[in-house]
Amino acid sequence: MGILEVNDVNKRFGGLQALNSVTLDVEEGKVHAIIGPNGAGKSTLLNCFVGRLVPDTGTVMFNGQSLLGIKPHEINQTGVSRVFQTPEIFEEMTLIENVMIPAFAHRDGAFKVNFWGGVSEEGEVGDRAEAMLAQVDLADKKDTLAGSLSRGDKRRLELAMCLVQEPKLLLLDEPTAGMSRADTNNTIDLLKRIGEMGITKVVIEHDMHVVFSLAHKISVLAQGTVIAEGLPDEIKGDPRVQEAYLGGAHV
Amino acid sequence: MDAILLQILNGLDKGSAYALIALGLTLIFGTLGVVNFAHGALFMIGAFCAVVLSRLLTLSSVSIDPEKVDFLGKPLKVETPYVELWFGPEVGAAIINWSVPLAILFAIPIMALVGLAMERGLIKYFYKRPHADQILVTFGLAIVLQEVIKYFFGANPIPTPAPDAFSGSFDFGAMIGMDPNVIIYPYWRIVYFLFAIGIIGAVFSFLQFTTFGMVVRAGMADRETVGLLGINIDRRFTVMFALAAIVAGLAGVMYAPINSPNYHMGMDFLVLSFVVVVVGGMGSLPGAVVAGFLLGILESFASMAQVVAFLPGINQIIIYLVAIVILLTRPRGLMGRKGVMES
Amino acid sequence: MLALDKKDTTLFLIVLAAVIFAPFLLNPFPEGSELAQFNAGYPDLLQRFLIFGIFAIGFNILFGLTGYLSFGHAAFLGVGSYAGVWMMKLLTMNVVPAILMSIVFAGLFSLLVGYISLRRSGIYFSILTLAFAQMSFALAYSVLTPITNGETGLQLALDDPRVLGVSQVNGSIPPTNLFGLPMRESFELTMGGWVFTFNAGYYLCAVFMMVAFYLAIRIFRSPFGMMLRAVKSNQQRMNYTGLNSRPYTLAAFVISGMYAGLAGGLMVAMDPLAGAERMQWTASGEVVLMTILGGAGTLIGPVLGAGFIKYFENIFSKINDNILHQWFAFLPDGLEDALVFVIHPFIGKGWHLTLGIMFMLIVIFLPGGIVEGFRRLAQIGRRGTGGGKKSADAVPAPAE
Repeated sequence: MGILEVNDVNKRFGGLQALNSVTLDVEEGKVHAIIGPNGAGKSTLLNCFVGRLVPDTGTVMFNGQSLLGIKPHEINQTGVSRVFQTPEIFEEMTLIENVMIPAFAHRDGAFKVNFWGGVSEEGEVGDRAEAMLAQVDLADKKDTLAGSLSRGDKRRLELAMCLVQEPKLLLLDEPTAGMSRADTNNTIDLLKRIGEMGITKVVIEHDMHVVFSLAHKISVLAQGTVIAEGLPDEIKGDPRVQEAYLGGAHV
Repeated sequence: MDAILLQILNGLDKGSAYALIALGLTLIFGTLGVVNFAHGALFMIGAFCAVVLSRLLTLSSVSIDPEKVDFLGKPLKVETPYVELWFGPEVGAAIINWSVPLAILFAIPIMALVGLAMERGLIKYFYKRPHADQILVTFGLAIVLQEVIKYFFGANPIPTPAPDAFSGSFDFGAMIGMDPNVIIYPYWRIVYFLFAIGIIGAVFSFLQFTTFGMVVRAGMADRETVGLLGINIDRRFTVMFALAAIVAGLAGVMYAPINSPNYHMGMDFLVLSFVVVVVGGMGSLPGAVVAGFLLGILESFASMAQVVAFLPGINQIIIYLVAIVILLTRPRGLMGRKGVMES
Repeated sequence: MLALDKKDTTLFLIVLAAVIFAPFLLNPFPEGSELAQFNAGYPDLLQRFLIFGIFAIGFNILFGLTGYLSFGHAAFLGVGSYAGVWMMKLLTMNVVPAILMSIVFAGLFSLLVGYISLRRSGIYFSILTLAFAQMSFALAYSVLTPITNGETGLQLALDDPRVLGVSQVNGSIPPTNLFGLPMRESFELTMGGWVFTFNAGYYLCAVFMMVAFYLAIRIFRSPFGMMLRAVKSNQQRMNYTGLNSRPYTLAAFVISGMYAGLAGGLMVAMDPLAGAERMQWTASGEVVLMTILGGAGTLIGPVLGAGFIKYFENIFSKINDNILHQWFAFLPDGLEDALVFVIHPFIGKGWHLTLGIMFMLIVIFLPGGIVEGFRRLAQIGRRGTGGGKKSADAVPAPAE
């Protein structure tokens, strides 16, 4: 029994079958990578997990609870956090505020009118946020505006925003896209470090180097269908996977 | 049956004005992505073009007629408009009489200039600013234009009659074979409606059948891609702004005989036109036109004595009420596209 | 002090001092002197500063923090006014129930309007609020005449019940009062050529204004305020972060509606009548203007904006050609006439023209409003003296 069970999920956009009977089983504490050529439906699948899209049919169960038909913030409150392909952060706010907001959401729930006590009096939340920024090597920039960060830093900040919530499941949508080799390696190290925190992760990634250095299990998606699934070594040698990628390159 | 027809007819003139203003608003919004709160002011400027022309045409030379005396026995001053001196009394009088339709020719270059000046001088700096800033700066501009008009023309409405040929009413009911004297309809309103249809048709054919229009439509759908094709979309958008200004201006010119121009008519129509745009669906040209006529007619129905007796005050709030219901049930309006201004 | 940090405490104390001493500070010119017309230290205008200040502070909690631009907030002020006058008609001329009820009614009405309008965002939200306000305005003029007294406006009458007080005293309506202290009561202090007026109503407004301001500071500095800024910054991220943005925006909407109600209640406490024109969308536009002009999203901006607009409205509408001629009398005649001719459209009834131009200039060149202007001036000053760290200026400070 996995922590995230995706069963027979279908999603259609007009004439395009974006997801075709996708079934996944993500084991608790493991890193599950989803790879596949462009347009295979990877991001669509992730969108179905966080409430951005609702599948036409099928079930998505997290910890025994259905994630379908509930709002994004409710899904997050069950312990699912997501890092987006293009960083979604609070650009006009400082780094420390960016991390405090999810920390408050984790502590106080989806809504709390707390307008009497000042933010500065919330020492515990502030400390946690600062510690988390230190983990992603951004502590020295905590009072700068998030919008002024480089793309790599923005991604790390977004990761910190997710981690401070102590999620049970972390969804990463191409965490190293557009990064330099050095930045990519830093991110891999970072992800390995947080791997030790025991958080289950689902990673979408193009970079095979990243995939093979992180993943415990890999699912290959092509044209909305899971065509292969297994341990990294099994996937490496699978002819169907190579064909899907090569075929994808031609199309 | 005849009561229904009468209300539909009554709603047409206001509906025409709504449709024309909303059409311009949508053109500007769809092409430039700008929310123009000064669009009502363009409508008002158009109406005052009619006022100005009729004043220009009646500029008179004063002479003393030696043969006539007033009741005190003094020589009588006679004012003769210059146009009558130049073109002879009959032609001159006809020109003065037809000043409102003539003002169309007068208004086109003026509105084009106003539109160009507005876009080049102000709006273009706001393409990349948030919608709230666009609303605020055009709101400020609307106040300024309104106050300038008030300064020069005063606060009172200025009656601007239609040509004699179109003043008065005709029996529309009898024309279409119904009982006479049931549906009496002023000529000018029919003229206004046909005029509006003409303008709307012209704008749509322009967008549909010219290369220019095609590029603009493509730009409305996907501005970035068109820009990437190496087409100077910005210049075309400037022209679109001027066009939208002309449409609003002409709507104003021809509306002058229906509702005497005053300085706050722009604001009055603006709020309602925005509601029309939203009901029609932000960014949808057919939506703006359909919603304009629909709401004009609906407003006319809501003003029927029977309806008001049943639901007092409904005539004053019906448009807003419809807007609220539409926005809540069909967020994209009647014909809106997905995702316009929803971020 | 007051559980605020040092900077906020300073700000609060400065505002407090300015409000307490405003009757002095705003009356710098001796009575009867030529410049006396620029004095603003008389009760009617001072009260308006504070009342519109409260209105703008509240509006800023919604617009400045969450970025939701409401074009219908005047409706809440209007509802507050009507509720206030009704309390005075039914209960007592004591202003306390009137003000309380105006807050309550405005709060309830904003809850209804906000609940519906906040289902949409961006310009759709603006149009929805506008539609609601225009509807309220139209209804107040027509169908609701039994409650609003239509065009005439709602006024007190000699035969009002006033069950907790008296209907009339010696054939006239009793004045609005606070437990017996009439709001119109003033104490005049003559010092040399100066006359300073200290008005009871003004100081009542001052108390409410300071409470409103203090509350705004707390909201700005609280986690709740931080969430409101998050709404403005990235609502999507907020939802994926496990926060439900809708109740946050609704809470901000209702709070700002209650501020508007308080302003409406204070208006009738000073002058017990209420008219529908208070609800018109131009009135809503005015509070938007004040907030932007002062600096949306800053603490002090809306207060400055309100004061600025109300002061210049007052002064500009008073100036006429004669006064202008007096001013420029030292110039050669031709030049004097030319100057007066040029300035003429902008004064007196032309005040709105000036306002519109000012408003455009602010939005174009100084989107941060007066507060941003001060900040830039301070920067130039620092650079001029060679002090100041440039690196620190590069990052705008969070809302103050």
